[in-house]
Amino acid sequence: MTNNFRSDDAEPLVDENSSLQSRRSFIKLSSAAALTAFAFGALNPGSLRANDALLGLPVEPLQKAVDLGKGDFGVLNYAYALEQLEAAFYSQVMSTPYSGMTSAERAILTDIRDNEIAHREFFKVALGKKAIPALQVNFTTIDFNSRDSVLNTARTFEDTGISAYNGAGQLLKKGAFLLIAGKIVSVEGRHAAAIRDLLQPNSAYFSGDDVTDPATGLDKARLPAEVLPLVAPYIRTPVTANKLPKPKA
Amino acid sequence: MDNNKPLLETVEPEYISEMTARREPIEKAKLMTGAMATTIVSFGALAGAAYGQNNKLPGKIVDVLNFALTLEYLEDEFYRTALGSSGLIPRDTQDVFGQISKHEVAHVALLRSVLGSKAVAKPNFDFTAGGAFADVFRNYQTFLAVSQAFEDTGVRAYKGQAGNLMKNDKILTTALQIHSVEARHAAMVRRLRGETPWIVGDSRGTLPAPTQAVYNGEGNTSQGGADVAGLPGMNAKIASQAFDEPLTKEQVLAIAGLFIRK
Repeated sequence: MTNNFRSDDAEPLVDENSSLQSRRSFIKLSSAAALTAFAFGALNPGSLRANDALLGLPVEPLQKAVDLGKGDFGVLNYAYALEQLEAAFYSQVMSTPYSGMTSAERAILTDIRDNEIAHREFFKVALGKKAIPALQVNFTTIDFNSRDSVLNTARTFEDTGISAYNGAGQLLKKGAFLLIAGKIVSVEGRHAAAIRDLLQPNSAYFSGDDVTDPATGLDKARLPAEVLPLVAPYIRTPVTANKLPKPKA
Repeated sequence: MDNNKPLLETVEPEYISEMTARREPIEKAKLMTGAMATTIVSFGALAGAAYGQNNKLPGKIVDVLNFALTLEYLEDEFYRTALGSSGLIPRDTQDVFGQISKHEVAHVALLRSVLGSKAVAKPNFDFTAGGAFADVFRNYQTFLAVSQAFEDTGVRAYKGQAGNLMKNDKILTTALQIHSVEARHAAMVRRLRGETPWIVGDSRGTLPAPTQAVYNGEGNTSQGGADVAGLPGMNAKIASQAFDEPLTKEQVLAIAGLFIRK
């Protein structure tokens, strides 16, 4: 399975014209390539690509580190990175549906894929020249043929996304950006509830005590420094976020 | 459940610690950790420090919080009444509404604690909306319909007020943390009604006509000047359902006002 996902209808996640792609053709399946990939694997513990390289499978060159930037645009790039991850995940889910996917599940997962692509494509045009490039993802730990693996990964992504938007709102300076983030996060909340209802139907799980504090009725809010380590195993491209705004003390 | 129960009797110490420690100086966080087993009064002092003194909250923020509190009063009393209405909610969805009710109770308590003496009183509600939903506590389908309308309205109401809370990061974040919970509620109730969890266009689906105001404007497909429907792979359906839209305070009060006795 390739890590360079693309949706059925959107542009490639990695720009075909980038220097990465041209460099790629120069990398042969030699011991040198294997060593290089191994080094990447060592830097990125979530990646299993090193094993692929040692087995002689093709390895895509690792992108150079991407920095999210500063200020409101940095926060929006942070959201864009998360939406890229979600869109790539659901695109893969619908490209290789798990066995036994019901028509009801297919309808939900297709809509969620479309919504995440909408979010991704919106950020891409909204950020324009300030947009980070398409990120490479790493889904080697996900079994796309397993309902359990797919739905629990979806649950994790949605709940993490909600907490990320909830924690990032305070970092934005411009009200218009806060409003757009608000328009997206409630849809993520709807996704989370739907996925959770597929996992444990008609129960309290859609807004379970594990994510919604039972004493306060509040969903989690996480700062970027808390969110990025949670998603790092799924993002192959190294991402740095040192210039993002910090919450006021 | 007593609506007047102070927040801090219901709040877990870990939560106060987490919320406050993140934002307060380390010394204060240390103090708190040591104070976990002490009185509610000291939790109250810490919560005051976390949100800003109640009597120093700007009037604009007080107004927003009282607006939110009014909606939470509405939802809270609605679900507690429903859960207390024998035979209304089938056994297999009792857990769903028990969970929603638990959250609305907590939201009322939380907002009241932040507002302190500035909290508005609970209005007198008429959940039949003057007879439009006469069997709301006798007919499960009517109850579900009103529930969906309340939850989808709540999501839009919080979204519309976020910008008015930007001067107080703690309160803004708390409002966002409620907002996403209302979205979870809305999605779940919509599923119970056989609707998509997300709002497609400005469709009220199978809800009765008087609820259309809850969905007006949801068909928007333009965000931040970008025509989302025209982006690669997009169309109007996706562009509308992928983004929820806000309502103004006036729009929300026009909807909620149908359920408030004059």
